[in-house]
Amino acid sequence: MLLITCPWCGERDQTEFHCHGEAFIARPANALDMTDEEWGDYVFFRKNVKGIHYERWSHDHGCGRWFIAVRNTATDEFLGFYKPGEEIPAFELEGA
Amino acid sequence: MSRYSVFSLVRNALSYHQNWQRAWRSPDPKREYDIVIVGGGGHGLATAYYLATECGITNVAVVEKGWLGGGNTGRNTTIVRSNYLWDESAAIYDHAMTLWQGLSRELNYNVMYSPRGLLHLAHSVHDMQEIQRRGNAIYLNGIDSEFLSPEQVKAMVPYMQMDGRYPVLGALLQRRGGTARHDAVAWGYARGADAAGVDIIQNCEVTGFDIQDGAVVGVETTRGRIGAKKVGVVAAGHSSVVAEMAGFRMPLESFPLQALVSEPVKPAVDCVIMSNGVHAYISQSDKGELVIGASSDAYNSYTQRGSFDVIEDTLQAICELYPLFTRMRMLRQWGGIVDVTVDRSPILTKTPVRNMYFNCGWGTGGFKCTPGSGHVFAHSLANGEMHPIAAPFSMDRFHSGALIDEGAAAAVAH
Ligand SMILES: Cc1cc2nc3c(=O)[nH]c(=O)nc-3n(C[C@H](O)[C@H](O)[C@H](O)COP(=O)(O)OP(=O)(O)OC[C@H]3O[C@@H](n4cnc5c(N)ncnc54)[C@H](O)[C@@H]3O)c2cc1C
Ligand SMILES: [Zn+2]
Repeated sequence: MLLITCPWCGERDQTEFHCHGEAFIARPANALDMTDEEWGDYVFFRKNVKGIHYERWSHDHGCGRWFIAVRNTATDEFLGFYKPGEEIPAFELEGA
Repeated sequence: MSRYSVFSLVRNALSYHQNWQRAWRSPDPKREYDIVIVGGGGHGLATAYYLATECGITNVAVVEKGWLGGGNTGRNTTIVRSNYLWDESAAIYDHAMTLWQGLSRELNYNVMYSPRGLLHLAHSVHDMQEIQRRGNAIYLNGIDSEFLSPEQVKAMVPYMQMDGRYPVLGALLQRRGGTARHDAVAWGYARGADAAGVDIIQNCEVTGFDIQDGAVVGVETTRGRIGAKKVGVVAAGHSSVVAEMAGFRMPLESFPLQALVSEPVKPAVDCVIMSNGVHAYISQSDKGELVIGASSDAYNSYTQRGSFDVIEDTLQAICELYPLFTRMRMLRQWGGIVDVTVDRSPILTKTPVRNMYFNCGWGTGGFKCTPGSGHVFAHSLANGEMHPIAAPFSMDRFHSGALIDEGAAAAVAH
């Protein structure tokens, strides 16, 4: 069970939240000209990193708002929580 | 390899079991192999076994970062079945089912395949429609499946709570479904592969690939470089990590999936009972423990643990359906990292790197297919072309759109 800090509501139990996976996947602007290859990559292929993961969460059973969390998927340790548009520092794993 | 038999048992009993031969060697890696398999789980070991015994390729190494079967193979709830919806799935899972039936004899190793019958419960009108659609599709594919009325379910499992919070409206039964002993599957294939000449190299992590002109020619490991004419990656939850070493992405996400066992009790559950709707499935091991499977966590992770709220969810469903078990104590809980595709079907495929093949994406339900997957993957590696049963599971489907969508049929099921 994780403790998650909603940037608006503060620290809450993970069961109040829903994870929406990898962050910063922008919907392609040139949708009409894209190949099947590019569509497949956009829809299905993920980094699935073991290490620092930038991901989207929503506080469903709280304020309902979306935010970005940075988590080390090898340990489940959270490194930070950010409102959309906020600047996110570049994280590096120790020893990496 | 000395064969196991009644006579070897008696002979070894007379010498107080001091003289059993080691089940497989522990060789140092050679400079080069025809084929290197990355990952010593059941699927990797089965692949090596069939390469050596059926395809005539014995210059093979299996490279495992930990110990044999220490991944999902030794962590699953051992359920075996082939009642999937789509034709492609029916072909590969039932291929495995056929192999399960003769596996102990073939390997001279008791994998304890037990066709004790497997029930899928239906708790709602939607569940009833799902099992009817799937049951008929399975039947048309020549695979056994029967519908049970609530009365028939009650006769099979007398202590089931039929009209509680999760009313039981019916069930789908596969009589050939059941369980097998997970560790024995890894060990049996390892022993058979070793006897046929395969080198099994444990405590050896693959850390990179030697790729020249777009083709793989070797693997970098914690025990040095090992040359390879072909490489088969069978790394389950870590497939994305290994793919990244080779410079491409996979359509996978890795999640913790957990299971737990109770204290051992007298025989009480003589079949496997699954309930997709309420995320709980249960069987009883030969030692007497109730083996209970939970659902996966809803966020990516490589922690091999799993959340408490998931356990709570699962156990409340078990207690509701089987009030008999409310006072059981749970002894152990663990997690495994499962590699999940969006269509909940596996990936057996060539890759952007020549001579490198991947077998992954088995997610929450690949134990049951260990023999089938190893068999068709071995033939694909040997021939350089995907075996006809494996071909539809190629990674291309995520670009062509020809998904094999078992999501509805197997959302939870294993
Ligand atoms: C809790 C749980 C319950 C499950 N229940 C069922 C069930 O009831 N029925 C069912 O059919 N399936 C079930 N599954 C799924 C099933 O366990 C898996 O699909 C299957 O065991 C995968 O086998 P494998 O050989 O591909 O993977 P694994 O056994 O995980 O083997 C992969 C191996 O690759 C190794 N590896 C990874 N990276 C490297 C590297 N860089 N270098 C060297 N080696 C590496 C790992 O150490 C590991 O040993 C369950 C899974 C879990 C976690
Ligand atoms: Zn909030």
